[in-house]
Amino acid sequence: MSKVGFRDRASAAIKSKEALATAAGAKRFTERRIQAAESFPAMEAARDEAQRIRLHTLANLDRYLEQFAQSATNAGNFVHWATDGEEANKIVLRIAEESESRLVVKSKSMVTEEIELNHTLEEAGIEVVETDLGEFIIQLAGETPSHIIAPVVHKTRKQIGELFAEKIGVDLTEDPEELNAAARFYLRTKFLEADLGISGVNFGVADTGSISLVTNEGNGRLTTTAPRVHIAVMGMERLVPTIRDLGVMLEVLARSATGQALTSYSTVITGPRQPDDADGPDELHIIIVDNGRSNVLGQSTAEILGCIRCGACLNVCPVYRESGGHAYGTTYSGPVGAVLVPSLLGLQDWGDLAQASSLCGACLEACPVRIDLPRMLIELRQRRVAQRLATPGLRRAIKTYAAAATRPTAFRVMMRAGGLAARFRPTTSGWMTSLPAMGKKWTSTRDFPSPETRTFHQRWKKSR
Amino acid sequence: MKQSVVQLFVTCLVDSLFPSVGESTIAILEGQGLTVEFPFDQTCCGQPAFNAGFQKEAKSMARHIVEVLHDTQGPIISPSGSCAEMLTHHGPELLANDPDIAPKAREVASRVRELTAFLVNDLGITNVGARVEEQRAAYHSSCHGLRGLGIDDEPRQLLQQVEGLEFAELPEAETCCGFGGIFSIEMPEISTAMLDSKIENLMSTGADVLVGGDVGCLMHIEGGLRRRGIAIQVAHIATILRKGNG
Ligand code: SF4
Repeated sequence: MSKVGFRDRASAAIKSKEALATAAGAKRFTERRIQAAESFPAMEAARDEAQRIRLHTLANLDRYLEQFAQSATNAGNFVHWATDGEEANKIVLRIAEESESRLVVKSKSMVTEEIELNHTLEEAGIEVVETDLGEFIIQLAGETPSHIIAPVVHKTRKQIGELFAEKIGVDLTEDPEELNAAARFYLRTKFLEADLGISGVNFGVADTGSISLVTNEGNGRLTTTAPRVHIAVMGMERLVPTIRDLGVMLEVLARSATGQALTSYSTVITGPRQPDDADGPDELHIIIVDNGRSNVLGQSTAEILGCIRCGACLNVCPVYRESGGHAYGTTYSGPVGAVLVPSLLGLQDWGDLAQASSLCGACLEACPVRIDLPRMLIELRQRRVAQRLATPGLRRAIKTYAAAATRPTAFRVMMRAGGLAARFRPTTSGWMTSLPAMGKKWTSTRDFPSPETRTFHQRWKKSR
Repeated sequence: MKQSVVQLFVTCLVDSLFPSVGESTIAILEGQGLTVEFPFDQTCCGQPAFNAGFQKEAKSMARHIVEVLHDTQGPIISPSGSCAEMLTHHGPELLANDPDIAPKAREVASRVRELTAFLVNDLGITNVGARVEEQRAAYHSSCHGLRGLGIDDEPRQLLQQVEGLEFAELPEAETCCGFGGIFSIEMPEISTAMLDSKIENLMSTGADVLVGGDVGCLMHIEGGLRRRGIAIQVAHIATILRKGNG
């Protein structure tokens, strides 16, 4: 296979500045999450409840989508359905054109990254400004987010300072306050001039037709209130049945994402500006995006749609920590990406992400909605095997081993033969320094124990 | 559960690479007055195939091991959290739809115990009377035993009672060492990066010996230490607990 895959990208990233910054950030987030969970006695119960809510919603998604669309329409929103990214982008473009929008401000949204909305808008000559600080930095750098809640976790303050000096002409500084102030100053005029605000949706509430957004910088509120028109782009699985359920989700989301008891700005928006409202857009559009999700609903990995995008599984994942988010080569990284992306986009191109895990289980332990990521990674591997996408060497090795392991005599012979064959390999104090075939990859950085010439089976037989 | 007789499930890695760990396990169990039996036709729990997505092969291996173990009596003890977890959880899952074997798989699963969990939780023992030369030990929590079976305190309690052993907390003890079976071969670079992080943490403890409960992880870490010329010993917990017990 000549195609560049996870393994190549990850190998290139190991010990890079980006990977080291990612690991440090991921560890910080993890410590905060654990502290937040420990200081909230009801956390485990809330996780159970959050899991129940998400699974229940997925199991009844068609019903809740219908209810959401109805109540959102009743609340004065325009509701649009998009089967894929292209259609969603077209809808946005049409609304932008109809409202004669030249300048768009955006708050953080992973689904618009997924459908590459900025690209479409820019091609149509519309200026797009990301207003979340992290996304703003990413946009200046011309990169993609490397983490679902902390898009620039891979960058050091020094790099960000240099980028600001170069791109928006501020004095070189590494001070986070000053950097923040510089971005705010730059963005303020954009907010005031913008015609259109585009946001994602953290949760849609089916019974009220509300959309909920959480941010820590308040830019989400400006994005959704300052411009004349607001478009909220929502992945179609992102619903909860009721406002009460939303409360539960926000409790676990904030603690798992940033270790806060509650995110600084939790906004619930129900419809556009009303006559006696102080602010708000004249028009509010909600675009519900499928883009492969209904296909995933029918797969054994459907549970991944319960994800609430907290990033906890990325933060604990040792593979993510060592390789960084860009190694995954797509919008969603870490364990959630390794399950979601192959499920959405197919195994042919993205199946190797499912191999990017030692199945250590740290992700499942961290996930606020208890999504069984390791189980689904194995499911995807099973599909790879069924579609003959597993490496031929591995296939042969497992088949040979399994054949022996179901025939005890053959197994004992194979184990002894291993010991005998090992005698001919180079060793240092009993450990092999080089193995042939697939084993070569092991011994390029590690010694391998020489099999004993007398197996446990033989020793047992002799001693009894 | 009748506890005077126990079965040893030695695991394929111990069988071929570290048979002395099996012998130590027997010595520890016999030291508790138990009779240890070894069902001779045992092979492998099927985990390598299961984790790699080879379900058919994993199933045939799980079926074989269940057939071998179900006709035995007493707890089934394994010196591996990983293999014990496979037999406890994934074996019965894999075989759930085969009515001829499913009940047997569940019956076997109910008797399977990882060694340290058996000593501490079933026998109520934290001191097995082990003695070692003065040394500083760090403990690595292997992932499947830790997260799959909740084994964490048990080995620590046992180690803390070992005479001569000073216990050093390993930073990020619960982070995977990068072994992951096939993972270490399919993703050797990332696996090695994880190993390097583990070794870095280990070196910060000043430990003379790294102790763990799974030879898979231990051989990965030891292989890394040897290649890097770092003189920290690596030992399976059974080897330590046997010491000073003749
Ligand atoms: S899978 Fe779970 S832990 Fe990972 S981002 Fe989604 S909700 Fe958070």
